[in-house]
Amino acid sequence: MLKYLVEKEFKQLLRNAFLPRMIVFFPIMVLLFLPLAATFEVRNIKVALVDNDLSPSSASLTEKIVSSAYFTLTSAGTDYHSALGTVESDAADIILEIPHGFESDLAKELSSRVMISVNAVNGTKGAIGSSYLTGIIRDYSASLRAALMPPSSRLTAPSFAVVPLFRFNAHLKYTVFMVPALMVMLLTMLCGFLPALNIVGEKEKGTMEQMNVTPVPKFTLILSKLIPYWVIGFIVLTLAFVLARAVYGLAPAGNVAVIYLFASIFILSISGFGLVISNYAKTLQQAMFMMFFFIITFIFMSGLYTPVSSMPEWAQVISVFVPLKYMIEVLRMVYLKGSGVADLYAQFFALCCFALFFNGWAVLSYRKTN
Amino acid sequence: MKQFIAFVRKEFDHIFRDTWTMIILLLLPVLMLVLFGYALSTEVKNTGIAIYDPSKDAASEEITRLLGMSGSFRITKILESPAQIEEVLKKTGTGVVVVFSSRFYDNMLHTGEAQILLVTDATDPNTAVTVTNYASSIIAGYQARVNANVSVPYQIETVPKFLYNPEMKSSYNFVPGVMGMVIMLICAMMTSISIAKEKETGTMEILLVSPMKPLLIILSKAVPYFFLSCINLATILLIAHFVFSVPIAGSLFTLIFISLLYIFVSLSIGLLISSIASTQIAALLVSGMALMMPVMYLSGMMFPVENMPAALRVFSQIIPAKWYILAVRKIMIKGLGITSILRETGVLFLMALVLITVSLKKFKIRLE
Repeated sequence: MLKYLVEKEFKQLLRNAFLPRMIVFFPIMVLLFLPLAATFEVRNIKVALVDNDLSPSSASLTEKIVSSAYFTLTSAGTDYHSALGTVESDAADIILEIPHGFESDLAKELSSRVMISVNAVNGTKGAIGSSYLTGIIRDYSASLRAALMPPSSRLTAPSFAVVPLFRFNAHLKYTVFMVPALMVMLLTMLCGFLPALNIVGEKEKGTMEQMNVTPVPKFTLILSKLIPYWVIGFIVLTLAFVLARAVYGLAPAGNVAVIYLFASIFILSISGFGLVISNYAKTLQQAMFMMFFFIITFIFMSGLYTPVSSMPEWAQVISVFVPLKYMIEVLRMVYLKGSGVADLYAQFFALCCFALFFNGWAVLSYRKTN
Repeated sequence: MKQFIAFVRKEFDHIFRDTWTMIILLLLPVLMLVLFGYALSTEVKNTGIAIYDPSKDAASEEITRLLGMSGSFRITKILESPAQIEEVLKKTGTGVVVVFSSRFYDNMLHTGEAQILLVTDATDPNTAVTVTNYASSIIAGYQARVNANVSVPYQIETVPKFLYNPEMKSSYNFVPGVMGMVIMLICAMMTSISIAKEKETGTMEILLVSPMKPLLIILSKAVPYFFLSCINLATILLIAHFVFSVPIAGSLFTLIFISLLYIFVSLSIGLLISSIASTQIAALLVSGMALMMPVMYLSGMMFPVENMPAALRVFSQIIPAKWYILAVRKIMIKGLGITSILRETGVLFLMALVLITVSLKKFKIRLE
């Protein structure tokens, strides 16, 4: 019986003008554009320079800033107010003000100061920009020390070096971080949204009535609704693997089989969730908005964009109940760190619980009687 | 006019009778603000830290203690061998491993060859950089204490000043973004879905044969969503002000003016979509994919547009939300006057004009 039911579901799906195309185009669109757009990388920071000193020292400091990869110099104003005007109109992000007497202070008192004013509307960007600039100024003063001080006087203070080493993503590329997680988002959108619209769609059309008068048991019916999305999920995932490889040169460091194993459970749980929504919603519109509500919450709480560990306590507690969180961890770990099943017991257990819970709920909440 | 009011009432009834949808529509801005306000924090707290310390001397133990006390880190593991470094990073829970070189204190005093290696899990580049910066500055604090009575010449002090947002609150950035997103969602998505629904259920035919002019039928569809957006706008501004203490630095009047213009643009997009899409699912997907995604990613609400590839930057110019968010930031956060947003206003006005002309031209008053 299941065989015919699954056949029916597939026919319904393939005869829809829109859905099969969407299953192919949506992953391509998401994977081609979003990794390029979804980046917190800060580059091309525009610096408005107000140089009140106009000395060789201030010129060489400016030179040093411009030669770094992060900054570009915009029209250097003559006073702070005209520079502020450029920040107001978003033509500049940072004002660097070199005070009068910058060079003579350095020569006489061996110390000097500069003022940095950052556009901090976007706090993260402002903070990163100012810390880059401070770093360059620190480097500049270190190079002054190296050039002007006799070598003998240097090594008197106790000193040690701090060396950062970035593992798993040595070039700190954002795409490497986003692409595996976006695959999970894709699976969620396609294998979560479509089932949510499925049963309620049949309810609206009235074909559900016909299914309800057949002797098909509830469990078989839910199963037949799940299987197509399971297959779609695998197609989408495979397509995503190929795209990640072809466009971003990204191949999993770990075993692909591990990803498929986890995906098979994840798809079940998210489709199950969609079916639960579908059972409770009375109209298509309700189902869409409920799903939209939950998926947005899931995506933001899952650590897709920002780490779960920096959320407040209560948000971390909620994120324990977000299936996406576990799947994103799995994909990032397998893709970047090459983790195997042994490192992922907790995630495996959690996803199994979600799959059982949501699908159990979907079967129980499905009513054949109105 | 009486007819028109009756039609508007009918639309309100559609909304009020679907309790669930209405609740979601009203709660949506609250949810978004809470998610963005609390969940989208890029601050780094409580990062798990593991220590590998073969020296175990005064200096390395003091640095370990300082790291543990700082509040940014919590020490999760003391490693016994270098082989464990890789192992511990492969699991979740540890963001950075601090590796001291051997005979750390001795080397620090005499040879200057002492070294601390900060091995970070750079899966998330931003977190890795921030964690490295935090740890380095804590370690630098120790170094400064050791060197307290040695003065370092040629120091350039930097005096930073953070304009508009001295406390660096992320809410200053996302509140305008949420406004842009919620309004677009309510106006464009809801209008297009509600018209598609009439088409799907066949009631559009009944409406079209009524003596009402087709233009007014469509207008009456837009009125309730216009009101809903106004309510949402008020909710957002109130929450932003009282919960996140985001100021309205500029004039409220200008803010409302630009918001109304943006609502009008969003409504015309909704009308345009409804003339293309004939089913609810198609309307949802078109507005979801063609509107939500670009608004979220290309409007500058979360990710700075300046850093994107040129093609995406050009594309972002045609996204109304981008211009709206720019204008709102200028008025609300920077406190500038209406003269500073002439360009944004002009662009939005032009968009409204083009969209409304096209969507009215494309609106079919006959059934195929």
